[in-house]
Amino acid sequence: MIQKLRVLFTAAAVALGAVTFVAPAQAQLVIDVNKGNVAPLPIAVTDFLSSDAMGAEISSIITADLKRSGLFAPIAREAFIEKITNPDVAPRFQDWQVINAQAIVTGRVSKEPDGRLRAEFRLWDTFANKQLTGEQFFANPQNSRRVAHIIADAIYEALTGEKGYFDTRVVYIDESGSKAQRVKRLAIMDQDGANKRFLSDGRTISLTPRFSPNRQEITYMSYESGQPQVYLLQIETGQRELVGNFPGMTFAPRFSPDGQKVIMSLLRDDGNSNIFTMDLRSRNTMRLTNSNAIDTSPSYSPDGSRVVFTSDRGGQPQIYVMGADGSGAQRISFGGGSYSTPVWSPRGDLIAFTKQTGGEFQIGVMKTDGSGERILSSGFQQEGPTWAPNGRVIMFFREAAGSGGPKLYSVDLTGRNEQQIPTDNFASDPAWSPLLE
Amino acid sequence: MRRIAAITRNPIAVALVASLAIAGCASKKNNVPNSAAELGLGGAGGAGAATPGSSQDFTVNVGDRIFFDTDSSAIRADAQQTLSRQAQWLQQYPSYAITVEGHADERGTREYNLALGARRAAATRDFLASRGVPANRIRTLSYGKERPVAVCDDISCWSQNRRAVTVLGGAGS
Repeated sequence: MIQKLRVLFTAAAVALGAVTFVAPAQAQLVIDVNKGNVAPLPIAVTDFLSSDAMGAEISSIITADLKRSGLFAPIAREAFIEKITNPDVAPRFQDWQVINAQAIVTGRVSKEPDGRLRAEFRLWDTFANKQLTGEQFFANPQNSRRVAHIIADAIYEALTGEKGYFDTRVVYIDESGSKAQRVKRLAIMDQDGANKRFLSDGRTISLTPRFSPNRQEITYMSYESGQPQVYLLQIETGQRELVGNFPGMTFAPRFSPDGQKVIMSLLRDDGNSNIFTMDLRSRNTMRLTNSNAIDTSPSYSPDGSRVVFTSDRGGQPQIYVMGADGSGAQRISFGGGSYSTPVWSPRGDLIAFTKQTGGEFQIGVMKTDGSGERILSSGFQQEGPTWAPNGRVIMFFREAAGSGGPKLYSVDLTGRNEQQIPTDNFASDPAWSPLLE
Repeated sequence: MRRIAAITRNPIAVALVASLAIAGCASKKNNVPNSAAELGLGGAGGAGAATPGSSQDFTVNVGDRIFFDTDSSAIRADAQQTLSRQAQWLQQYPSYAITVEGHADERGTREYNLALGARRAAATRDFLASRGVPANRIRTLSYGKERPVAVCDDISCWSQNRRAVTVLGGAGS
């Protein structure tokens, strides 16, 4: 769909010999995403040159992505001194130093004779007087937003050293109608809330969608058969398939990191719930837990060797980690209160969770041995963290007291940058996709 | 290739809950009434007006629901009385199959509450079976916290949502 042609070579910036001053420490522009108190980097995203409105639109999508990340402070266009007329040559760096832009983005969008969109960008380090990166893309014009997100990801990566997360989608539950008879439909959208569409008709309740690592499928739970059961859905074709032939309720599904298995809870006849996997090719099932308790919300470590889950085997919901074969379950949550919905970070280093304590619901992270707990967000009612593919941002859903319904929010690992994700209706159960391909 | 399973659709019986929700939420009682009769929902003719053996009779005169303590599926003493009346009635009218719907309040996370609702439904089923209702007449279903009857944001509503509702004609229909 989107063809990334080549990295643009550094444009000739030789003419710019005389630079007023360059502090040596600023020679290399790098943002440390681990620093909680890092000041957002002032960046100037200029309007991409184009013969229509597309250039400004792409710039504004890039600007919005960078701003929402909390790591960048895009400078208002009104402050710009230089008007970029040729994105292939270096900007007048002094003009951008004056307004304290640490980095500049320039670019161009045009239509190819065959109708394809051609977009190119360059990222410049203002104080080092050099191009940091540049790329050129060809795409179907209806993918223009994706092109903008891919450029934003490239800028994010060039300046932080971390992969971006802007060219991603979110599956979630769209909620409408009265609270007692609420319609709960599967929906999908871009991570910034654009391009929403429904994936189910809303005649029965659907809950807890999660992406396959292949990005093409989701697994979710639905009341379609009359009782809660886990399904697979092919996003593009709409094909649905029941997962397994279990006698009772199945729920809380997630894919294994290789996409070959679904791990989920199965209700036992005695009212307790245990964790099972089903291999999607062989259809073999495997029992991982066999406790007289509720064992649910399983989530694999990214290497597939371990599973984190919720269990109330100790009397109240807490978080446990076991081997992927069900061996050696150990409780890891000891912070007081109850813990649930653990989700392993795609980087493997942290587990996100929902904690209930003191009448509040909190979203937090802990190391995989349970140490180093940090609360990122607290509220009346919030739950269900999901990780951005770079493991730096978490999305969850929150219902403020008296608000009537939940909305989606993102928060970074510092806990300082919380943002509401725009959705037209109430929304819950977000699940972040891997980076698109 | 994966096989695409046939997906069947069955209607889910809807409990008579709308008026209960309004009455219960407005009253803000801490002692939650256990039946429609205790809520004064007998209609103009009074509770006794329902035709014996009808679903209205069951809902109004017997009580179709029981309530639970926070994060518990233990059948409370008051609930045992209601379930004993239900068992008696169901033995008197043996043509009814039932679905026990288990529910949780919103003060828990979604997946855990699905499991908790299921555990409450199972505990209710087991109690009814122990009082002589054949287990093969009882189906269970969890709604977790997805179908509250009371929708305010405090304990007066949460205590009404932690419930198991016995719905007539729910199994095999």
